[in-house]
Amino acid sequence: MDYLDKLEAHSIYIFREAYREFKHLAMLWSIGKDSTVLLYLARKAFFGHVPFPLIHIDTSFKIPEMIEYRNKLARELKLKLIVGQNKEALKTKQTFPDDNVDRITCCKLLKTEALKNTLSGQFPRYRLDHELGVFVEDQDKETYTGVIVGVRADEEGSRSKERYFSPRDKNSDWDIGDQPPELWNQFKTEFALKTHVRIHPLLDWTELNIWEYIDRENIPVVSLYFDNDNGKRYRSLGCYPCTLPIDSTAKNVKDIIKELKSGKLKNIAERSGRAQDKDGGGTLEELRREGYM
Amino acid sequence: MKERMNIVVVGHVDHGKSTLIGRLLADTNSLPVGKLEQIKKTCELNAKPFEYAFLLDALVDEQTQGITIDTARIFFKTKKREYIIIDAPGHIEFLKNMISGAARAEAAILLIDAHEGIAENTKRHAYMLSLLGINQIIVAVNKMDLVDFSESRFNQIKNDYSKYLNEININPVEYVPISAFHGLNLIEHSNKMSWYKGKTILELIDSFEKEKEEEENDFRMFVQGVYKFTENGDNRRIIAGTINSGTINVGDEIIFLPSQKKSIVKSIEIFGKEAPLFAIAEQAIGLTLTTQIYVKPGDLICRIDQQLPYATNRFVANIFWMGKNNLSIHKKYKLKIGTNKAGVSIEAIKSVMNASTLKKENYREEVHRNEVAQIIFRTDKPISFDLFSKIKSTGRFVIVDEYDIAGGGIIIEALEEKEELVTPDYSGFERELYELIKKYFPHWEIKPIY
Repeated sequence: MDYLDKLEAHSIYIFREAYREFKHLAMLWSIGKDSTVLLYLARKAFFGHVPFPLIHIDTSFKIPEMIEYRNKLARELKLKLIVGQNKEALKTKQTFPDDNVDRITCCKLLKTEALKNTLSGQFPRYRLDHELGVFVEDQDKETYTGVIVGVRADEEGSRSKERYFSPRDKNSDWDIGDQPPELWNQFKTEFALKTHVRIHPLLDWTELNIWEYIDRENIPVVSLYFDNDNGKRYRSLGCYPCTLPIDSTAKNVKDIIKELKSGKLKNIAERSGRAQDKDGGGTLEELRREGYM
Repeated sequence: MKERMNIVVVGHVDHGKSTLIGRLLADTNSLPVGKLEQIKKTCELNAKPFEYAFLLDALVDEQTQGITIDTARIFFKTKKREYIIIDAPGHIEFLKNMISGAARAEAAILLIDAHEGIAENTKRHAYMLSLLGINQIIVAVNKMDLVDFSESRFNQIKNDYSKYLNEININPVEYVPISAFHGLNLIEHSNKMSWYKGKTILELIDSFEKEKEEEENDFRMFVQGVYKFTENGDNRRIIAGTINSGTINVGDEIIFLPSQKKSIVKSIEIFGKEAPLFAIAEQAIGLTLTTQIYVKPGDLICRIDQQLPYATNRFVANIFWMGKNNLSIHKKYKLKIGTNKAGVSIEAIKSVMNASTLKKENYREEVHRNEVAQIIFRTDKPISFDLFSKIKSTGRFVIVDEYDIAGGGIIIEALEEKEELVTPDYSGFERELYELIKKYFPHWEIKPIY
């Protein structure tokens, strides 16, 4: 087995443990490359099936191509797709693009709050009805106790300290100073009422591993990652007011792998196009302590 | 790059673990451009001396307190292979984080401050490594600049520490004198310590050998799930798991333990690939069988033509305890081994040891946080396992106290199956008395009390 085989096998193990241990399990799906690999690994773990819902938190400011891609793939694979949104914040225009709050507050409202309340069932969940072809309000309001998320340790400092199974308390807070022990493929699968566990199958993957795997397994990804003849491509996807493309002429997966290996991007952090990471030191850690992915 | 290896850096608090990793990253050009300058600037602004550790201690609390709280994974490459370097905290309070980090590693760098010398956790961490089964260890004697690069100081530490490591059966690959902060003997040999003729840290890391996969061993696989997803006309009933050891072939006769049900492998399933004829250790697979038998997650699958594991409810294990509450002979716990779970209680605490002083105490009724102990466990139902010395992944387990993993252990001996203990729990005094009688009055032929 080479190192990609090993990463894959370990991720599958985590998926199967999660499925076995958590009755109310869901997976966050952000449409990006990591989420796409995550979805593919889920299908590998369960022999072509995805036996839990996928949750997308729609800030309404996502790049339109991402939403198109999301709906297309969900229909093709007959996925149970749930969309959650902070409608109140959008209605009262408490957003950064509306110029009413700063970037961080905007992230907190449209992502962290939306996520928290979608997971708990407090906010309405919109489910893609495959027969009607439209989103309908989901009747299931049960709290999800296990949530699969595609974060990677190499992305950023606080993520480098994560566990594969990472508990969140009843306010979705992450007690980063007192994380549970985790050893020998034994994870935290017991948890108190009103708390939930974040599950991270991709923790040991690097950005390069993700692209190598996409290449090896021929996994389709959204075309925003590739240069469309203007010398720019997205390296990390998010909301358009806060996400900028990087200078790159990589037109396909192989080009991206070459670019990453060349070290050309070494002086640019993967999330450098994500403006919310920069407003003050430790910002992402702060967001993540409160429930951000 | 075909290979990846996980290495943990351990040692006492403030002996320079994060500094070593930070400096290695800086000197091998593994940092994003500008990162070093940015941290130097931040230090200047906050009137703090620059430390390489700031490159790693990412958490706000870690930076303000200058201490590593939790294990971090750092990705790092040499010409030979890719590494995940695991930075483990050195403070006793965070031993459980050190163990979480070290349990993922195949090899270790153990750091000792040349000035301060061997400290409590220098020893304790080594002991934990030996319990975790990590045999490839480099001992780096750090901060040699603080002892004027003295060869005799280095030799003194080496001799003292060798004695301790000998007692716990660890043979380090090498002792290296270094200065992590000044980058000496990390990548290149330093002329300040020309008396040292061995390899540098980087050379030593690259000389670690990949752990042999358990392909040669007997076949073992814990059932992780039994799936029947009927969507889109799928009729397969698939037994899913990750192979712990050995090889399985289509047509092999297999047995599920402890239920002893038998069947034959009809197919091996891997999504997106043509069904293979065999599969090997570490692969995540699915099996379909020629007969439909009821099996459940936690069962251990073995091949009938090979040596079978133990199936009993009693065994002896060496454990380490990380729980907030003490491990007590009066309490019930949950044991997790592979994907199997069972209620468990303690028949006897044979001995408790301080992993730093190696001081042993017998006849205790509790094991405290950060202690190691030898214990006879009794599970509520028979479970299947191997001795750790035969197959690592089927010979180790964790103990769950309430909601958290609180201890880990390796099985060193299987004992005969016994029903619920008929004798009462013995007090420490009774056990002590028993041992004394056994020792001084053997002709009494006293009946064992365990």
